[in-house]
Amino acid sequence: MTKAQISKTQKIFDLLSEVKDPEIPVINVIEMGIVKDVTLTDSKVSVTITPTYSGCPAMNMIATDIKLKLQDNGYTEVKIIEVLSPAWTTDLMTEEAKAKLKAYGIAPPNRTSSDKSNPVGIPKECPNCASSNTKLKSHFGSTPCKALYVCEDCLEPFDYFKCH
Amino acid sequence: MDQNVALYLYCLRLGDNSLILGHRLSEWCGHGPFLEEDIAMTNISLDLVGQSRMLLQYAAELSGNGTTENTLAYLRDERDFLNALLSEQPNGDFAVTNTKNYLFSVYNYHLYAELSNSKDEKLKAIAEKSIKEVAYHVRHCGKWMLRLGKGTEESHKRLQEAVNDIWMFTEDLFESDESTASLIEQGIAANPETVRHNWLSDVTDQLKEATIEIPTNTWMMKGSLQGKHSEHLGYLLAEMQTIPRTFPNSEW
Repeated sequence: MTKAQISKTQKIFDLLSEVKDPEIPVINVIEMGIVKDVTLTDSKVSVTITPTYSGCPAMNMIATDIKLKLQDNGYTEVKIIEVLSPAWTTDLMTEEAKAKLKAYGIAPPNRTSSDKSNPVGIPKECPNCASSNTKLKSHFGSTPCKALYVCEDCLEPFDYFKCH
Repeated sequence: MDQNVALYLYCLRLGDNSLILGHRLSEWCGHGPFLEEDIAMTNISLDLVGQSRMLLQYAAELSGNGTTENTLAYLRDERDFLNALLSEQPNGDFAVTNTKNYLFSVYNYHLYAELSNSKDEKLKAIAEKSIKEVAYHVRHCGKWMLRLGKGTEESHKRLQEAVNDIWMFTEDLFESDESTASLIEQGIAANPETVRHNWLSDVTDQLKEATIEIPTNTWMMKGSLQGKHSEHLGYLLAEMQTIPRTFPNSEW
């Protein structure tokens, strides 16, 4: 790729970083690891995305949001390609994104290697008071990607973004 | 048999399993024993329907005749569905629902573990994606098996009755036919005998810990691979398919 092409593609990535996850509106689709690739030929843009959970209802909306964002910025021909492999994982989430989640009140994914029967890890601390004295309330939370915890110190319930 | 047709039928079988089990589970929406479990069951249902969409999309693609995931889900009749008998059984009480989900989740887990090595790239990708979700279903439903089995006298009794009632549909999960055999030979489909062995080993351990006995001398009902279903599937389809059949080609 030439320098000019790189900067053109970068511009698209910059636009995509303005597209937020509809259910967690503090992190964008790049930080979520949903966008795998962007290609630009003439004025045609192809955006390759990977679904988070198989049945996540936000995926259709994310694809539409990406399309609209690019069309609003002059890219008339936008194609969204969905790929399954390699499967989406929270390991791709940046430290910056994790900090944003925490500030929003969601405990970020925290992988634990000690308990093999628990593939989703446990929250490091309560996102409200930073206590590590937390308890699992429900395996499933408000969206497929989260579990419900409660802090035993400040007594606040909170969502935990499961490792996936 | 043409390999494409064999793979089409295989994807249909797996896709139908997830669709029917997922639809059954969605019947609990708003009726769960308490809010957290209501959310859990509908979340699992959502994962299953999502997995079924990937499989039915692939089946539609393989059919090459313009079929879509929607026509496969909504416009086929009872005899054309290949889902295992276990998936279509009524929900019963919570013990029955959880037992069904537990037995099916463990089956799906070992099935997808095998398919993660499939020589078919697409099937492999679907399996690698689905197994992460299914591992969580196994964990959730497995813990309920222990809680109910070792809970009160009533919960133990109901769980044992659920296992007794449902066990007769388990053998049907591992059925195989000529077309599956050709796919197994080519390393595309999972060998049902391997899946059965791993499934039975996990289920035996878990039920033992839950102080639940596995029924012996049970007559095993089979036939789903030939499209022979229990009476319950027809009623389920009538409800699931009513909108697309009443308003053909409508979009929303």
